[in-house]
Amino acid sequence: MAESAQSAMGGDERIKEISPLRRALIRPELGGMVGTVAVFTFFLLFAFDSGMFNAQGVMNWSIVSAQFMIIAVGACLLMIAGEFDLSVGSMIGFAGMMIAIFSVTLSWPVWMAIIVTFALCIFIGAVNGYIVVRTGLPSFIVTLAFLFILRGFTIYLPQTIERKTIIGGIRDVAEGDWLAAVFGGKVGQGLFVWLGDAGIIETFERGTRAGQPVVDGIPMLIIWALAIILFGHILLTKTKFGNWIFAAGGDAEAARNSGVPVNRVKILMFMFTAFCATVFATCQVMEFGSAGADRGLLKEFEAIIAVVIGGALLTGGYGSVLGAALGALIFGVVQQGLFFAGVESSLFRVFLGVILLGAVILNTYIRRIITGER
Amino acid sequence: MTEDTKFHHGDAQEQAPIIRMVDIQKHFGSVIALAGVSFDLRPGECHCLLGDNGAGKSTFIKTMSGVHKPTAGEIFFEDKPMHFEDPRDAIAAGIATVHQHLAMIPLMSVSRNFFMGNEPTKKVAGINFFDKKLADEITMEEMRKMGINLRGPDQAVGTLSGGERQTVAIARAVHFGAKILILDEPTSALGVRQTSNVLATIDKVRSQGVGVVFISHNVRHALAVGDRFTVLNRGQTLGTAKRGEISPEELQDLMAGGQELAELEGSLGGTV
Repeated sequence: MAESAQSAMGGDERIKEISPLRRALIRPELGGMVGTVAVFTFFLLFAFDSGMFNAQGVMNWSIVSAQFMIIAVGACLLMIAGEFDLSVGSMIGFAGMMIAIFSVTLSWPVWMAIIVTFALCIFIGAVNGYIVVRTGLPSFIVTLAFLFILRGFTIYLPQTIERKTIIGGIRDVAEGDWLAAVFGGKVGQGLFVWLGDAGIIETFERGTRAGQPVVDGIPMLIIWALAIILFGHILLTKTKFGNWIFAAGGDAEAARNSGVPVNRVKILMFMFTAFCATVFATCQVMEFGSAGADRGLLKEFEAIIAVVIGGALLTGGYGSVLGAALGALIFGVVQQGLFFAGVESSLFRVFLGVILLGAVILNTYIRRIITGER
Repeated sequence: MTEDTKFHHGDAQEQAPIIRMVDIQKHFGSVIALAGVSFDLRPGECHCLLGDNGAGKSTFIKTMSGVHKPTAGEIFFEDKPMHFEDPRDAIAAGIATVHQHLAMIPLMSVSRNFFMGNEPTKKVAGINFFDKKLADEITMEEMRKMGINLRGPDQAVGTLSGGERQTVAIARAVHFGAKILILDEPTSALGVRQTSNVLATIDKVRSQGVGVVFISHNVRHALAVGDRFTVLNRGQTLGTAKRGEISPEELQDLMAGGQELAELEGSLGGTV
């Protein structure tokens, strides 16, 4: 078999040998890889002494990046399937508020509050998807409507029930809850104690925690981010369903003609995006111990930007989960890095706009290379 | 390595038809789209369905592929009466339609396109994974058989020419067990070189024992590969001719109804 493949390759004199550079260019992750190297080089040069690269600093930007990664993977798979979800940010606020209302106001066990919230949010994701595939309307409009609907409820419900827009006290009720620990706990404490004792990372020198390492474990948020990236990457590139995701976004009609259940694929991706938003919200609520009505504002755009920096096409059918994860990493490192480097934080938005524009132009160019249009 | 290496050579004319459609009528409200069309197809033959725009070609093949149900008339598939409820039934029976557009996704690789909707899987640790290695191997092999040299199975379909895309679509249909291949104007948007590639593909497919229904309004393309020719005009069959029994001019006259073209003939110098 290898021989026949070889002879088939050697055949046509009209096909030009493509250079390794061009071959690398058509990998969707390229932009993300180059950006990651550039960003790290920049901050290693200009912010090395600021504490950005000691244990605490690394943990700081890792957590921020992991947050972006969780929602970026959902947005990435959905974008490859040819749709957008603008309601991600509102979904984060809504999910957090639901957990707070169920567990604090209604005094449900926290594990039950989390499970019911997940079910509710994934159901809303499915409704989003169902409306999009049934009506054939652009997902942009349908999910924009849900952006407002969910945000409205997120503000209305706590105001009506508790007469305030922030519900606290979740940390107390979540104490000892098994499922809360899956989202708000930390792992690897022993390792960090050992690292602290060995003098590899700093330890507290004074106070009640003297002798303990400054970083006492890896938050579950980061574990969730890595797990979701791994799941998304394998689903997209190594399974039958992944092929359907590409097909649904590349050309829904052609995919349908070939027997791909396009509607099911799209609805499931809307549900997965909602799942990711809820994971984000649950981790955040467990970390802060409270839910606020303004949580998750603008997150939908940040997720989409991370995905685009990661090489996915806005029109669907092309992209990479690893690229989106790198896009999220760039996002987190720059946002926190500018703070460490002492740069005015409003400049972060300028940077964001510039890098988004650059990424979109690069992606369009790459698409031309792949499809051979000139 | 695949089942497709079995060939079914033999004189097409001697075998029983795979599909026989008798006196098919199709009415859309008060419009009579088909007013009694009869057609049959034998394994390993290329039966050309010719007709001008509006002659009923599309309605007829949609009836054959299960999209429309005939108002009257009967369909026999392998000598058994057949009633297709929807296109899935027809596809399951082995009737594949290759549309001029809407068959390939340009951004996806050839091998991912080839197996779209029919991905081979491999179980690892109880989970079904897409067997990309097998898919790549089969794709390269099938493309080589059809005379298309790929740079690799990862080459995007967007980089292929229109004719090559048709060929990939045809090879895909045959690989997945099509007994009848309906090609709806496969050459109408193609250049000379690409057209000849597609016609060569039809010839290869026919030699594997697949029956090909070739729809065209180009007499020269039809005559290049066709074994039999059926002409439709205003929803009716104007007759079926075997290869060699009919000249290009006669065929052209039948399609257009004769009159108007005669006047144009002189200025255009032969067939259109």
